[in-house]
Amino acid sequence: MSILNGIEVGQVVAERAFPISRDSLVRYAGASGDFNAIHYRDDVAAAVGLPGVLAHGMLTMGLAVQPVVDWLGSAGWVSDYQVRFTRPVVVDPQHGATVTVTATVGALDDAGARIDLTAVCDDQTVLGKAHVRVTPLA
Amino acid sequence: MNPDLVERAFPSAAPYLVGREKVREFARAVFATAPLHHDPEAARAAGFADVVAPPTFPIVIAEATLQQLLAEPDAGIDFSRVVHGDQRFTYSRPIVAGDELTATLRVTSIKTLGGNSMVTSESSMVDARGEHVVTSVSTLVIRGEDA
Repeated sequence: MSILNGIEVGQVVAERAFPISRDSLVRYAGASGDFNAIHYRDDVAAAVGLPGVLAHGMLTMGLAVQPVVDWLGSAGWVSDYQVRFTRPVVVDPQHGATVTVTATVGALDDAGARIDLTAVCDDQTVLGKAHVRVTPLA
Repeated sequence: MNPDLVERAFPSAAPYLVGREKVREFARAVFATAPLHHDPEAARAAGFADVVAPPTFPIVIAEATLQQLLAEPDAGIDFSRVVHGDQRFTYSRPIVAGDELTATLRVTSIKTLGGNSMVTSESSMVDARGEHVVTSVSTLVIRGEDA
C-alpha cells in the first residue's frame, strides 16, 4: 500500500478543524434518526442539568475519522474504528463550537496501520481511545 | 439493570436497504466530502459497486436494535439517564449502497459501578447472502438516581 510506505509511528498524517453549528446538529439528527432533544433544545438540555445543547457523540465520532478517510483516498479503507466519549461538546447557539482533529500513526504492521485520533474542543479532549484501523485496498 | 439480559436471544431487525441518497445525506451530516461517498463513478473506479458509506453509518441501523433493548419491559433502563460511553465498528468489508443488511442484537455484559450501570451490546450485521459485514459495539452508561 503505497500510502503507508515511508510513514512512521508518531507521524501526523492529517489534521482538520470542524466548525459545528446548531444547524450541523439538526442535519445530523435528521440523517441519523437520533432526535434526542438535548441536541437541539436549550430548555430540555437545561432541565436535565447539562451546560448547554450538546453535539451528538456519534456526530463527533463521525467527523473525527474524516481526515483519515480523506488522507486514504481510494488507497485503503477503515476496517475498525473505536472511540470513548470522554467529554461532551457544548454547541453555542450563536458561535457554535470547533472540534480540531489530529490523526497520528500509532502502529504499523504487515496488514496495515493503526491511526490514533485526538479531538479537541475548547482546549479539552472530547474523545478517548480513538483508534482507526486502516487496511489497504487490493 | 436486569442481569438476565445478557445472552438473551433477540429477534433480528427487519432488513435495512442501504440507499444511495441516504449514504450521501449521512456523509454530508458527518462532513464526509470524499468522492467515494457521493459519486458512483468514483466508487466504481475504486472497485466498489456503488457509493461507500462513511465508517460510522452502521449506527443508523444499530439504532433499531438498541431500541429493542431499551424497550424490553424488564430491562429497567430509564432512557433519560442513558449516556453513550463508547462505540466501536469492526468491519469485514465496507458498506455500499444497495447492500441489504440484517442486524441482530446481543447483550454482552452488564456491570454496575458506583451506582451507575454499564450495558454493552453488539449489533451484528450480515448482508443478503448472510455474510458478515460489520459489528457495532455500544456501551451505554445508565446514570444512577444519585449520580
